[in-house]
Formats: sequence, C-alpha cells, structure tokens
Amino acid sequence: MSTIARYWAWIAAALALVALPHIFSSGASITMMSLMGFAVIFALSYNMLLGQTGMLSFGHAVYYGLGGFITAHALNIIGAGKLPIPLPVLPLVGGLAGLSFAIIFGWVSTKRAGTAFAMISLGVGELVAACSLILRGFFGGEGGVSTSRTSTLQLFGLSFGPQIQVYYLIAAWSLACVGAMYAFTRTPMGRMCNAVRDNPERAEFVGYSTQMVRFIAFCTSGFFAGVAGGLAAIHYEIVTASVVGAAPSGFVLLMAYIGGVAFFIGPIIGAILMTALQISLSDYTGAWQLYVGLMFVLMVMYAPLGLAGLLLMHRPLISAGVFSRLLPGYALAAVPALALFAGAVLVIETAHHLLVKASDGPAMRVFWVSYDANSPVAWTVFAALIATGFLAFRRTWPVVSGAWHEATLEARRKLAK
Amino acid sequence: MLELVVFSSLNGVLYGMLLFLLASGLTLIFSMMGVLNFAHASFYMLGAYFGFQISRYIGFWPGLVVAPLLVGVIGALVERYGLRTVHKHGHVAELLFTFGLAFIVEELVQMVWGKIPVDYRIPGALNFSAFTLFDTTFPAYRMFMLLMSIGIFLGLLVLLTRTRVGLIIQAALTHPNIVGTLGHNVPLVFMMVFGVGCGLAALAGVIAGPALVTQPAMAASLGPILFVVVVVGGLGSLSGAFVASLLIGLIQTFAVALNISLADVMAHLGVTLTRESFGGDLWMATVAQVAPIIPYLLLVLVLIFRPHGLMGNRDT
Repeated sequence: MSTIARYWAWIAAALALVALPHIFSSGASITMMSLMGFAVIFALSYNMLLGQTGMLSFGHAVYYGLGGFITAHALNIIGAGKLPIPLPVLPLVGGLAGLSFAIIFGWVSTKRAGTAFAMISLGVGELVAACSLILRGFFGGEGGVSTSRTSTLQLFGLSFGPQIQVYYLIAAWSLACVGAMYAFTRTPMGRMCNAVRDNPERAEFVGYSTQMVRFIAFCTSGFFAGVAGGLAAIHYEIVTASVVGAAPSGFVLLMAYIGGVAFFIGPIIGAILMTALQISLSDYTGAWQLYVGLMFVLMVMYAPLGLAGLLLMHRPLISAGVFSRLLPGYALAAVPALALFAGAVLVIETAHHLLVKASDGPAMRVFWVSYDANSPVAWTVFAALIATGFLAFRRTWPVVSGAWHEATLEARRKLAK
Repeated sequence: MLELVVFSSLNGVLYGMLLFLLASGLTLIFSMMGVLNFAHASFYMLGAYFGFQISRYIGFWPGLVVAPLLVGVIGALVERYGLRTVHKHGHVAELLFTFGLAFIVEELVQMVWGKIPVDYRIPGALNFSAFTLFDTTFPAYRMFMLLMSIGIFLGLLVLLTRTRVGLIIQAALTHPNIVGTLGHNVPLVFMMVFGVGCGLAALAGVIAGPALVTQPAMAASLGPILFVVVVVGGLGSLSGAFVASLLIGLIQTFAVALNISLADVMAHLGVTLTRESFGGDLWMATVAQVAPIIPYLLLVLVLIFRPHGLMGNRDT
C-alpha cells in the first residue's frame, strides 16, 4: 500500500499519457502533445542547471541541437546500412551526443559560476551557431539534415510512420526522463548541487569541489537535453542549424522560468504552457512573442517563483482549510486586473494592426468587438481601461494582501494546535 | 598589400572605437551595480532607429543629439522602475530582467519598423570621399565616425578622471556605502550612469546606423560580441575594455579581408587537401569565413588562461 501511495503521482501520469490521445484524438493535438513531451525534457534538463545548481545558461540549445543532429545522422547511417537497431533506442544516441559535447564544453565553462558562466555559455552558443555556417557537411547548410524514421529495424510491427506511434515513443521517453531527473534531485549528488547553488563557499569547506559538482550537473543536463533533441529529430525528421542558435536557448530559459525554477514541477508546467501558447496563440495574434516577453519580465519583477510558486504558495492555506477567505479579495482584485489586461491587449493588438497590417485597412476585431483601429474613441477607451484598471488595482491590492496575511496567521494558529 | 593593411587598420580602429562606445557604458554599469546589461545592444539599436525616424522629419544632425537623449531617458526610467524593483531578487534576476527587456525591444522594433532593414541614409553633407590612397577611396562619413568616437572617448576620459562628477562615480564604483554616507545620492548616481551608458550606446547606434545596416537583428548580432569585449578586457576595467575593443575590431576587420584557408597553407607545404579528405569542410574554410567565430574562440581562450581578462583585477 505504501509503495503505491508513494508512486501514485507517477502512475497517474503514466495513465494520463496513455489516455490523452484517446481524449484529444485530432492530428493537431497529438502533434502538440508530442512537442510538449520533448519540451518538458528539455526544460527540466535546463532547470537542472538554473534551478538546481544555480547556473544561468544562455546556450543550452547547443546540446539539444547537437543531440538532434547526431540522432539524424545516426538514423541515416542505420537506414543506409540496414543495421539492426530499432528506433526506440535512438534518443539514447542523442543523449550520449549531448553528454559528449557537454563534457567538452562543460570542462571550460563550469570553471566559473554566476555571471561569468552565463557569458561563457552565451559564447559557446554563438561559437557553435557560427560553426554551423562553416561545417556544412555536418550541419547540412541552409536545408539542414533530413532523415526518415521508418527505415530502421521494425519490432512488433511498429513502423513509427503514424504520428500516434511517435507520440507513445515520446511519451515513454518523457516519463522515463522525468522520473530519472526527479530521482537525480533526491540523490546525494542532487543535494550537493543545491548546496553549491546556495552557498558555494561552505560547500568547498565541507570538502566538495564546487567545480566538479557543477561539471557533473552540467554533463547530466547535457545528456537529457540531447535526449530531447533526439526525440525532436525523430518527430520532425529534419534538423536545421537554427536549433543550435540563440532563439531556442532563450526560449528554454523562458519556459523554465515562467513555470518556476524553484520547483521540480515548475519547468513541466512552463514547457506545457509555452508550447501550447506557441502553437495556439500564434494563430490569433502576430504579436504573441511580445506577450511572452512581457509575461516573462512581469514574472521576473513580481513573481520570481514562477507559476508553480504562485500555485504552491496556496497549499498550506488549502490544507489548513482557510483558502476560502482569500476568494473575496481575489474576486475584488480580478476586476481591475482584467480591465488592465484587456486594455493592454487592445493597445498591443490595435498598434500591431495599424503598424504591421496597415494594408488591410483600419477595420479590425478583437474580443468579439469590431472597431476602426485609428478611431480616437477606441484609443480613449483603451487609455481609460488601462488608467482606471491600474489605479483601481492599486487600491484593491491591499485587500488581497490583508486577506492573505489573515489567512496565513489563521493557518499557523490551526497548525500550532 | 600595403593598401589592405592601411584600410583594414583604419576600418578596424573605427569598428573598435564603436565597440568601445558601447562597451564603456556596459562595463561602467557592470562595475557599479554588478548588472550585466543584456539589453545594452538593444539601446544601441533603439538609438539607430530613433535616429532614422528623426532624420526623416528634421534631418540627421538634430537626430544625433535628440535620439541619444531620448534613449538615455528611457534607460534611466528602466533602471528606476525596472531594475531597482528586481534588485532585491539578486543578480541573476537582474540579468534575466535585462534579457527579457532585450526580447521585448526586438519585438517592438519589429512591430514598429518592420522586419526588413530601413533606409537610413548618410547625411548629404558627408556623402563624399575623404581621401584616395592606392586607388581606394575612404568615405568622409567613416572619417566622421572615427573622429566622433575618438572625441567621445576623450570626453569620457576627461569626465571620469578630471571632474568632480567623475570622482564621485569612481568612488561609488568601489565604496558605494561610504559615498552614500558622505551625503551623495548613490541610487541617483546609479540611475544617471545607467542612463548615460544607454545614451552612449544610442549615440553609437545613430552614427553606425547609416554606415552599417539598421535592422531588428542588429542588437542580437552585436550583443554577444560586446560581452566578449567586456570579458576579454576584464570585467569592470575601462582601459581593458578599450584595448579589447580595438583588438577585436582589428582582428575581425583583418580576418574578413583574408581569403586563405588551411588547405592553401598546406598546399605550400606540399600537402593537398580537398573537401573530400577527412574533416573536409574544416580545411577548406577561409579565414574570412571563420571570422565570426574568432571573438568567441578568444573569449574561451581568455577564460581558460587568463580568467581576469587582459586588464581586469577581479575574478570573473
């Protein structure tokens, strides 16, 4: 019984992964879930550096991308030589590639911590991105390296042609990797990473080499990033030089941070949310990256613990049964917050329409309302929404923080009994 | 050959001085606040675009003054209302804040001015050739850029070493608390330095915009080079940043002019290498093709063999 209780979250996750394609069975949603699968591995591997060991990296896509390239090349070699290697083990090739490159680059970059490490990682990222223009044989030049996942040895009649089979492959690897990465946080090594993050000086005094701890964490993280890259190569069947560039390195940072780097679950939330946003929001608005950037900056400024932090800070209040006391305050603050949000979205959308889609004429439609983008009335309404929203939010916020304070005190009192 | 050396040196010094205009602000901000401003190159880009927009209405010369002032004010506001809020969460949060800012600035620039380069022209008064040497002409605008950046460099040097303001800034670099105790408003000094640093970056943008290309990717392509300059020179060292700027400016300009590959060198030694031999692409790559990598190789080498940078006195 106790074993089942300990692993119920994992069993539930496995069941959910099996059941999801039956609930959301359209082709688009299965593709999206596949993307989420390797995004989760990638974001968690990134958080092994940032959240667990305190290393801010601006070049993590190097290991993801190189893992993908090596997997694609391996697939092509296997396909050409008819080697008896089945597709499901190929992400391991990507992982080992990521690990090897992490050993090479990590040896240089983990000598330093903090800001210097961040800059070296950026330099290594730029170095590899610039190399992709020179080593055309390996990176495939402009067109990238294309491959075919169906030309490998087929076991149990699985061809991996249909997307659903690829989804289950990705899901299985994701679950295994998430489990392995969670297990890593519970090992003495994982705990030492936290020690090096929080107090490197003391970790040195206890007798650990902080450089060695950073190096091992870096290599482990490179391995999982490589697995994610390998899965991506299998999913897309093409790898282009842009995957080692600065954009995916930045995006994985956004995923992990918005989700919350202080919690294991944070990057999972971030990866799922950001992948969904990337796919669905880009259908609605051309300015979606601006929204992502603004969300990130607001998170850094006001919610450094990320979405996971915002959710988990309510847990003690829920378990003490005082959560309901917060609801009136939340409801009160939600009104001006929504007005502020709607005003900001309207301004961005209208400006975007006027500037980018000027040829379409001024008529436009946002939030089920049609109006002219250049009408002064509309802009007055936006300004009024933002101004009143902002002022009212500042007035109602003390109510929320007051209710929060009360509820926390009450929860403590209950716990003390 | 002499022609190549003379013109590459001139262009290299020019590029290096431009880099220094940016690196000086970046390194001052870093040594004062410990913030590595990821968005520094974004302020450079904003300067170029503001200069372009102003030049369309009232001409290039007013833009040279107004654009840096505007960007400087924006920079000061960012410090006052953004960075200061984040400061309590530590240096990583500050770095992340400026990273997000760079992201937003790039998106906004794309939205307002489009994704393709804008037509930012050299002012008519400077659209002639300064001199002709060995049948190659050197544009007057490049001469103007060179003189301008040297002038600003000298002005900055005088400001920091010979004036009272410079004295307070230098003191605030090393002993902010004591400067505060003496009655100076240290946060205000920080805000001013951040604003002036951003303004300098914008000035570099205004003068570089017409000569280079004014496009949304200009910040993302220059930003990493800027970091290389600051690290190679030594974090927090102005003289180091100066030397490293010139060094990287010269290396990059000379590298682009050289069209030799390893295979050519080996051919002189009697070894023939083609694209088909082992590691083919590596042998055939010319120095000009490798040029974008050189700064990053330098960065990695410096960090391995001289972690303090060329002239830095603190461990990076």
